[in-house]
Amino acid sequence: MEKKTFSIKGMHCASCVNVLERSLKKVDGVTDAVVNLATEKATVSYDSQKVTDNQLESAVSSVGYKAMLQDEAMHEDEDQKEKQKEQQALKIKVIVSLVLGGLILWGSFPGLMETAPDILKNFLVQLILATPVQFWAGLAFYQATLPALRHRTANMDTLVAIGTTVAYVYSAFVTFYPQLVKNLGIDPMPYFDTSTIIIGLILLGRYFEAKAKAGTSAAIKKLIGLQAKTARVLRDGKEIDIPIEEVQIGDVIRVRPGEKIPVDGVISEGESAIDESMITGESIPVDKVRGDTVVGATFNKAGTFLYKANKIGQDTMLSQIIKLVQEAQGSKAPIQRLADVISAYFVPVVIMLAIATFVAWYIFGTQSAFLFAMLNTIGVLIIACPCAMGLATPTAIMVGTGKGAEHGILIKDAASLEIAQKIDTVIFDKTGTLTNGKPEVTDVVPVFVIARSIATKQSHKEIAALLTVARNDILRLAASIEKGSEHSLAEAIVKKADEDGLKLTKVTGFKAIAGHGVEGAIGKQKILFGNRRLMKKEKIEIVKFVQDDIERLENEGKTVMLITVNQKLAGLIAVADTLKDSAKEGVKILQAMKIEVVMITGDNSRTAQAIAKQLGNIRVLAEVLPEEKEKEVKKIQAEGKSVAFVGDGINDAPALAAANVGIAMGTGTDVAIEAADITLINKNLASVAGAIQLSKKTMRTIKINLFWAFGYNIVLVPVAAGVLYPFFGILLSPIFASFAMAMSSISVVGNSLLLKRVKLLL
Amino acid sequence: MTFDKVVVAIVGLLGIIFVYLFFLLKKTKEVTILDSVEIIVNGGYSPEVISIPKGKATKITFIRHDSNSCLEEVVLGDFKIRKHLPLNEPVTVEITPQEAGEFGYSCGMGMFHGKIVVK
Repeated sequence: MEKKTFSIKGMHCASCVNVLERSLKKVDGVTDAVVNLATEKATVSYDSQKVTDNQLESAVSSVGYKAMLQDEAMHEDEDQKEKQKEQQALKIKVIVSLVLGGLILWGSFPGLMETAPDILKNFLVQLILATPVQFWAGLAFYQATLPALRHRTANMDTLVAIGTTVAYVYSAFVTFYPQLVKNLGIDPMPYFDTSTIIIGLILLGRYFEAKAKAGTSAAIKKLIGLQAKTARVLRDGKEIDIPIEEVQIGDVIRVRPGEKIPVDGVISEGESAIDESMITGESIPVDKVRGDTVVGATFNKAGTFLYKANKIGQDTMLSQIIKLVQEAQGSKAPIQRLADVISAYFVPVVIMLAIATFVAWYIFGTQSAFLFAMLNTIGVLIIACPCAMGLATPTAIMVGTGKGAEHGILIKDAASLEIAQKIDTVIFDKTGTLTNGKPEVTDVVPVFVIARSIATKQSHKEIAALLTVARNDILRLAASIEKGSEHSLAEAIVKKADEDGLKLTKVTGFKAIAGHGVEGAIGKQKILFGNRRLMKKEKIEIVKFVQDDIERLENEGKTVMLITVNQKLAGLIAVADTLKDSAKEGVKILQAMKIEVVMITGDNSRTAQAIAKQLGNIRVLAEVLPEEKEKEVKKIQAEGKSVAFVGDGINDAPALAAANVGIAMGTGTDVAIEAADITLINKNLASVAGAIQLSKKTMRTIKINLFWAFGYNIVLVPVAAGVLYPFFGILLSPIFASFAMAMSSISVVGNSLLLKRVKLLL
Repeated sequence: MTFDKVVVAIVGLLGIIFVYLFFLLKKTKEVTILDSVEIIVNGGYSPEVISIPKGKATKITFIRHDSNSCLEEVVLGDFKIRKHLPLNEPVTVEITPQEAGEFGYSCGMGMFHGKIVVK
């Protein structure tokens, strides 16, 4: 019995899976067939004596799909080879066209032809040299033109085909009937140089354009290439290497040092340092231990570990990233609309202009009116470059979104990228975005320590160091009583006690008082633990010096809780959510970009201001309930601002959606955050500025491209028509026209590729 | 004006009118699709204009028979789809439009156009 996995082309929905599986299982000798929609692959178990590749292929094709039975890598390789072959063929055509064209030019260009051998001056020889260029090298232009004409559409190939055919046919006519042409008062000179060199140069342009265009999709190819091919799975107590497509959710996978992690999952045994730079753009390896999530396609640097697969196929983070980037690259930027409308009418309009040029020159031209009319008509047809307009926006969007993905900035669509450049205000949600979202105990102060420090003018810390026991008592009592609480701060206190190795004691009569705190008893001691409101409620006096201390801690951005023992104030515990390492830097860069930074939080004003101060005086919106965040975003928008809201994407979806650009800080392995326009998976707050900068640079590139593409056509088409001739005697040779046209598409794609060199502020 | 110039002027004018009528005033037949359609890519798209129902998944399979590099990609911008079309290989996309209206699709360079009418 053999097993084979192969790709299937043409799948699109779950019903395809059933149809394919049924069809494959019907083949005599096939015992099992599993088709995976996500990976577009089929795995078939079969008897190799009975079943041939052809049978599998026809089973797949009989239901309307295509089986790629060769190895996928080999197939990709062949695709690549096919492309290379095409490029090679194009290269030969360019060389032949330019060499033959060059010879003809030598034999016919005034000033040059005097040095040429007589044979090259012979019109018939020129015809023989020009013919293969016209119909072999230039075949692609006809091949594209004829079916297009059947659809009553025209494109750039149509223009080249018409232009060069006119030059070639006229020249052939001159070659065979020079006398007839002479009788019409026209100098019987052929223009084979024009037809051949135009074809040569335009093909040369295409050759470079194809090379450059391949570069615009490099980022997505790189992402796809990151996928691991196999996984070492533990099955029946044995470790076996299986293709990644066969990994199931729940499989335990072993990863050794230097290996790629195959799919997403959670570490169940062992620990390691993992290089996640390919996904998040962060260069420092991340330490992971049991219970931490690992992401497929990242690189295990140090230890060996086992992990349980929890996301496979299309659900892995890498697949989601690829999908998001592909979608963004497939979307259209609003700025492209005008170019789209124009390019739909462009070619027919150019053909009409070319006819008008011919008529105008024929009627108003003085001497050699026919020749001028013909050459200028060819010039108009050849110089017009609709491709540059068509390529201006999408190439830049492709490079821009790809560049973002490389740095962990995932842009949902081209429209988001376009809007982000206008952002002048960034609102950060505080908890979990600017801060780590995990409060930590920062101060534990017994009341008598405060009193003593006032008396001795020693700092709390110095005294507390001497009185660790008292400090630990406060913490132990607080942690014991908070053990039963579900409040987010309780977790921080219990954790701190645990870290300090304190043994918690049993609590009786535990009661949570909503919005105030908790109460309970430890032995004979009655304990109250909560905020000032609780103290007021219980009529506990807070003496002035303690009051001052509470204010001092709150001014540092901390949340202060008080503990009483038998109705007497015993101490204070301050808890604070710490700022992320990248918060200060992230805010600083935005401020340097003249973008206003706002922090929104449910905290009281004093705590919020204290945090804002640490971040460098940003605007604060404090005491905002979660459901009011959206309203605050709209208020700032009403001030005429373009707002980006940065949140974790979990409970601030309305605010993300209301903002001009919603930016979500990705958490764990979830990247496709619905409400967000931009998702940052690198957890680095500086990438908010990076995303805005990327948008600005991409839009600048698009504007330059469009300006160039429109300007080029608006200026050079009339010049080719000869509008400057009556005033300055300037005319464009059709050969120059073809050179300019080839250069214009290349320059647009090349300009887009320059985006790759932009250094993002990360 | 000499006779030949009059002829050239008249022929030229007729030529311009012909180009205008031929390319810009063409009427394309709208093909109504129920659940799937195969669009042949050869010098354009046939059928070029398709009408599909709103809110229902429709499969569109493109098969490119044209070697012109212009057509090697198809872009359905409103549905965020940009697909490479290998020569003579079917490529299927599935869309479920949520809004009625006309949505254009085109080749990668925006030279060839088609339309999806959602009703």
